[in-house]
Amino acid sequence: MSSQAHDLQGGAGWRAWLLSASPVSRRQARLGRSYIAWLSFQSNHLAMLGLGIVLALILVAILAPLIAPYHPNAQILTDRLQYFSWAHPFGTDELGRDIFSRIIYGSRLTLYIVILVAIIAAPLGLLVGTSAGYLGGWVDKVLMRITDIFLAFPKLVLALALVSALGPGIENAIIAIAITSWPPYARIARAETLTIRNSDFISAVRLQGAGRMRIIWSHIMPLCTSSLIVRVTLDMAGIILIAAGLGFLGLGAQPPLPEWGAMISAGRRVLLDQWWVATVPGIAIFVVSLGFNLLGDGLRDVLDPKSGGQG
Amino acid sequence: MSGETGRAMIEVDKLNVIFGLGADRVHAVRDVSFRVPEGTTFGLVGESGSGKSTVLRALSGLNPDWSGRVAVAGQAQKPRRDKAFYKLAQMVFQDPYGSLHPRHTVDRILMEPLAIHRLEDPERRIERVLGEVGLGPDFRFRYPHQLSGGQRQRVAIARALILEPRILLLDEPTSALDVSVQAEVLNLLQRLKQERGLTFVLVSHNLSVVAHMCDDLAVMNHGVVVEELAVAQLKRREPQHPYTRQLMVASLGYDRAAVDRFEDFAREG
Amino acid sequence: MSDKPLLAIEDLHVSFPTRKGVVEAVRGISFSLGREKLGIVGESGSGKSMTGRSILRLVSRPGIVTAKRMEFDGIDLQRASAAQMRRIRGQRISMVMQDPKFSLNPVMRVGEQIAEAYRTHEKVAPAEAKRRSLEMLKAVRIRDPERVYRAYPHEVSGGMGQRIMIAMMLIPDPDLLIADEPTSALDVTVQLQVLAILDDLVTQRGMGLIFISHDLNLVASFCDRVVIMYAGRVMEICDAKNLDAAQHPYTRGLLNCLPRIDSDGRDLAVLRRDPAWMEHGL
Repeated sequence: MSSQAHDLQGGAGWRAWLLSASPVSRRQARLGRSYIAWLSFQSNHLAMLGLGIVLALILVAILAPLIAPYHPNAQILTDRLQYFSWAHPFGTDELGRDIFSRIIYGSRLTLYIVILVAIIAAPLGLLVGTSAGYLGGWVDKVLMRITDIFLAFPKLVLALALVSALGPGIENAIIAIAITSWPPYARIARAETLTIRNSDFISAVRLQGAGRMRIIWSHIMPLCTSSLIVRVTLDMAGIILIAAGLGFLGLGAQPPLPEWGAMISAGRRVLLDQWWVATVPGIAIFVVSLGFNLLGDGLRDVLDPKSGGQG
Repeated sequence: MSGETGRAMIEVDKLNVIFGLGADRVHAVRDVSFRVPEGTTFGLVGESGSGKSTVLRALSGLNPDWSGRVAVAGQAQKPRRDKAFYKLAQMVFQDPYGSLHPRHTVDRILMEPLAIHRLEDPERRIERVLGEVGLGPDFRFRYPHQLSGGQRQRVAIARALILEPRILLLDEPTSALDVSVQAEVLNLLQRLKQERGLTFVLVSHNLSVVAHMCDDLAVMNHGVVVEELAVAQLKRREPQHPYTRQLMVASLGYDRAAVDRFEDFAREG
Repeated sequence: MSDKPLLAIEDLHVSFPTRKGVVEAVRGISFSLGREKLGIVGESGSGKSMTGRSILRLVSRPGIVTAKRMEFDGIDLQRASAAQMRRIRGQRISMVMQDPKFSLNPVMRVGEQIAEAYRTHEKVAPAEAKRRSLEMLKAVRIRDPERVYRAYPHEVSGGMGQRIMIAMMLIPDPDLLIADEPTSALDVTVQLQVLAILDDLVTQRGMGLIFISHDLNLVASFCDRVVIMYAGRVMEICDAKNLDAAQHPYTRGLLNCLPRIDSDGRDLAVLRRDPAWMEHGL
């Protein structure tokens, strides 16, 4: 059926190798599958824009010392609250620090928060959800009631309570955000597991004598991850906003860290006269959130089997 | 039943399956008994809701909620089975689109049972079993979505065979396939049975398929076996029970006059 | 009947442009239909369902349907306006699909759905629509029409659901019914009972029926004529009675690979596909 597919492309041998209908090794099969997913992702321009923004964020974070013209905390009190200029592309703040450099360094904090939250919350939610869904019975009841308790509080309020208990600071903010964001992932993973658990291919591995942990780990989890990746990517924007919110309230990153939310908070005192001090970090938050949302939408089209991707 | 002298590979005695409690209680299988001699094929025939698949699921160990006696290869079975049982009996499912993990390659699907039972030399076993079901090495690293329905069912048969079981439980293995593909799969199953001396239990709604494949069969309706007969009797068109006769007439094709004589066989007993 | 067919189709093509090039589901088929039962048989991918759908212009985007001629009772189906098509659909040509559960609205009582189907085509009072609906339910041999009228789709069995669909499709008294695997999800006996209802309605009302199925045996015993399709082409059109004497190797192959109750237990014949069938149809 798809055997002619690669002939049409002509030329490049690696391309034909990737699209081969009968791969000869595990690696070729896996790479071929990813390549097809990439092809369909590529055709979505907005998703590509989102990917571009996220890649740019990562690049800027890595190369921050090379890009930023000043140290993020270098104060030149004589140059306070300056408007955009060649020396200070985004102006300076109330302590005479270069906003452009602070935004650049701030990307590191944003990425740090986002990645840490994702690698704490997503696996936790996945584990809780798939176990509850597959094992059922009292395990399901206990795990899901715990999940419900966490879901009963608004995210930001719960995070606020946790941070005020743990004490302000960026690590505590990350822990607080991670603890408040896993319950929806557990819910999604459980719902997904319930639809999978009675399917014939799970019955088939049961009849081969596979244990519960093996079934959850290597048969159910891989099917839940794609919708979870999509959800986590879409949630990134929210995580950034909560982190910024905590920073704004003074409970997240502490001065002089160039966290974008804290920068807005500092800039709001001069908002009417020097609007850019608060607005520039606001735009940065907006652009990065948008990037993650676009990327998430694109990934959903590719990964989520329910919305007609490559099943 | 048909005077087979072989020893019984499967014995089922007074099997009962009840689902749900209170008002939702459904007595899905009532006092079903049969025995399958080694090396023969036993057919379970019935319409939807007759309980034929439920019997198979109880037999396979998928559904532990049953009572009665089930013995396989002379061993009485408990509702929960051990690993050794799964090396003895394997199952092939009806829907070739739902029975293969969508994110696993054929290779991974076949590797899984070998890994669970820690069998040696997986490479050779996979290559051999793929050859046996008529799929070349080309298919080894494909994903299910790159296969046709018939090819998927061959993979499912290969997965069942790779543990070298002595019994295959077949749940409508060809009802989702085109007739030309059905013929290929049925031929394959017959050949494997001869080569390996397998014992089959075949669940089907299709009397022609059962007549082609089986030695004996039981006809089920509303959870009860209404008649057990040898296939020769069916081929001579001499079933005793009116329900079996009606199924037989229906499977011969459309006949306006015959439809008017159809009865509604309500629950018995 | 022979000089003025109800439906005439000439050189019908259905194609789908995809990233990998154009996929042709139907490649130039022609047939005509009188007031008779015509079976279209083929395996999956033969284009039989697309043929049925293209008659009602129900092929969804991006599918492209072209034909030299597609005429229903003097109306050119290709040129008919959207409004004309809406009148034809349901009122003059009806379609019954395989799974009734997907075609019925799950939150509306079945009786109301039938009555509504009637009232969209005929301006009648609700009471009259209800009376007609009950009559129709009786016509498809539902024993307790009053109870079924009040039932929701999930409360009825598959066979009952399919009878309800047929009642709904037949209430506007169409001239042509297209049934796409209408009974393949049902038990054999129920399947035959539903077919008997269709059979009687075709005979009594002088309807035309296109019966699309994969089951050669069933079609041969039920229909008057059979169109055999393979890979989007018509291999053979023959009288159902003479199907056993069919000439085309594909038809013969299909017949031979069916297991039979009185088979001798030897291997079934396997269908050898000839690539030439892809190129030449009737």
